[in-house]
Amino acid sequence: MQTDRATGYLSTLAGKVQFALGDEAIAYGALFAGCTFFGGYPITPASEVAETMARELPNVDGYYVQFEDEIGSIAAVIGASRAGAKSMTATSGPGFSLMQENIGYAIMTETPCVVVDVQRSGPSTGQATKPAQADVLQARWGTHGDHEMIAFAPNSVQECLDVMIECFNLSERYRHPVVLLADGEIGHLREKLVFPDPADLDLFPRGGFDAADEAGLVEPMRAYGEGNAVHITGSTHKENGMRDVVSQDVHERLITRCCAKIDKNRDNIIRVEERFMDDAETVVVSFGADSRPALGAVVRARNEGVKVGYFRPISIWPFCGERLTQIGKRVRKILVPEMNLGQLAREIERFVSVPVVRVSKIGGVAHSVEEVYQAIIENSRS
Amino acid sequence: MAGYVLGRAGTLAGLNALQTQSYGSESRGGACKSDVIVSKTEILELAPSGLDVFIAMSQPALDKYLPDISDGGSLIYDSDLVTLNTSADDAGNDSTYTFGISATDIAHKSFGHDVVANVIMLGYMSALTGVVSPEALRQAISESVPPKTVELNLKAFDEGFKKGEMREGELK
Repeated sequence: MQTDRATGYLSTLAGKVQFALGDEAIAYGALFAGCTFFGGYPITPASEVAETMARELPNVDGYYVQFEDEIGSIAAVIGASRAGAKSMTATSGPGFSLMQENIGYAIMTETPCVVVDVQRSGPSTGQATKPAQADVLQARWGTHGDHEMIAFAPNSVQECLDVMIECFNLSERYRHPVVLLADGEIGHLREKLVFPDPADLDLFPRGGFDAADEAGLVEPMRAYGEGNAVHITGSTHKENGMRDVVSQDVHERLITRCCAKIDKNRDNIIRVEERFMDDAETVVVSFGADSRPALGAVVRARNEGVKVGYFRPISIWPFCGERLTQIGKRVRKILVPEMNLGQLAREIERFVSVPVVRVSKIGGVAHSVEEVYQAIIENSRS
Repeated sequence: MAGYVLGRAGTLAGLNALQTQSYGSESRGGACKSDVIVSKTEILELAPSGLDVFIAMSQPALDKYLPDISDGGSLIYDSDLVTLNTSADDAGNDSTYTFGISATDIAHKSFGHDVVANVIMLGYMSALTGVVSPEALRQAISESVPPKTVELNLKAFDEGFKKGEMREGELK
């Protein structure tokens, strides 16, 4: 889908070292993934994604459109994807709330697209400029009806770029919207960023199939004007795309397949990072920005002989529950530092029988290493 | 801006660097703060827990963040913008090294632009602390400022560096 000019331009960036914002890294990840359409409405702390895309998309023969609001934005993103472009939008909590209805439409119409939510402190306008990690369950269950979800949470500027490419690939591979669940802390943090060489990237082609996946769950995507008449609807439809909103079996077949294409391939989607786990008696589970001080605290406690491990879900949805069940059988306690009041902890509790301790912090400030370290020490005493 | 240049220079020097800055009304002309961590090892703190170096360019900033300086850390301030109270309580703890430079005045008189005071401060800090090499800082400045102002900014940096070298011996 990339033009020669786009590939040429991206090749000139290969290997360049930047000192960049997480938001900028997200935008460049999209460009390297082949994104050629951005539709959005600016919002702190996601505006720098839009700003970067507005500047760079013309260099890859792409289109940037600012819409009247977030609802219009996601609608256009879905339309652009249907027209053949890899498409995305970027927003934060309030805009993410507005997009939920059409995220459901993308699920139902099996339209690939990437939605970036750079989380900020809510509900509502909340602390508009401050970071949070409190949209974990909104990302999973924000839109109505039975569905699965794919969401990733990067914890460094470099990972913003790397994971964004993965989000686009998974979106195409499973014909499903994918959420990049970033946070205002990482989005507004500057760190080293190295651009990849486009020649080294493995981009998933539209309509492709990966032999590692269970067959028959994702159908190739038909494009306008190619062969069959194409009918696209958010209403329940048969395999040929035509509406049937009354037959029980048609709805059951459609929805169970749409869920199964994620659920049965979960091992091909889930990504986690584990450190110091071999002899761990306590495990710190953390994601996104807060996983940085969490790891710092684990390293510090380890240096003092505390048997503590570190587990980070890089993919938040589908959830890595089975792996945590295994871990839960051999540890005594799980601590969950997160910038919300226990959204990840609540999910972990469904999979383990050991105590899950909430180490929550809200108010727009991430944990310090010291705070998580103190929690580890308090919970490591028998 | 100075925080960004310092972080970028750290990256250019092959170190790990992390930078954040205040956001909101501050970024539109009000008071502003930038945190920078430069390290040879992986950076896991998202904000510095104690400051090894604090560059103060306004009185409210000095008053607010002075207590955050670590033991043996340095306070580097623009003496045209900041008045340092000499009582021990106000000058950080006993182990704080303090270095004042008339950066705004130098910027105005030598370069005709008050705005380069922050780059003078960077040069001064570089000479005093050696936290990032002057070469990396000069490169970061060249890549960060508008092309027409590169020479002006580099001269301002060199002036600050020279002033810093004169006082380097005071830092043990």
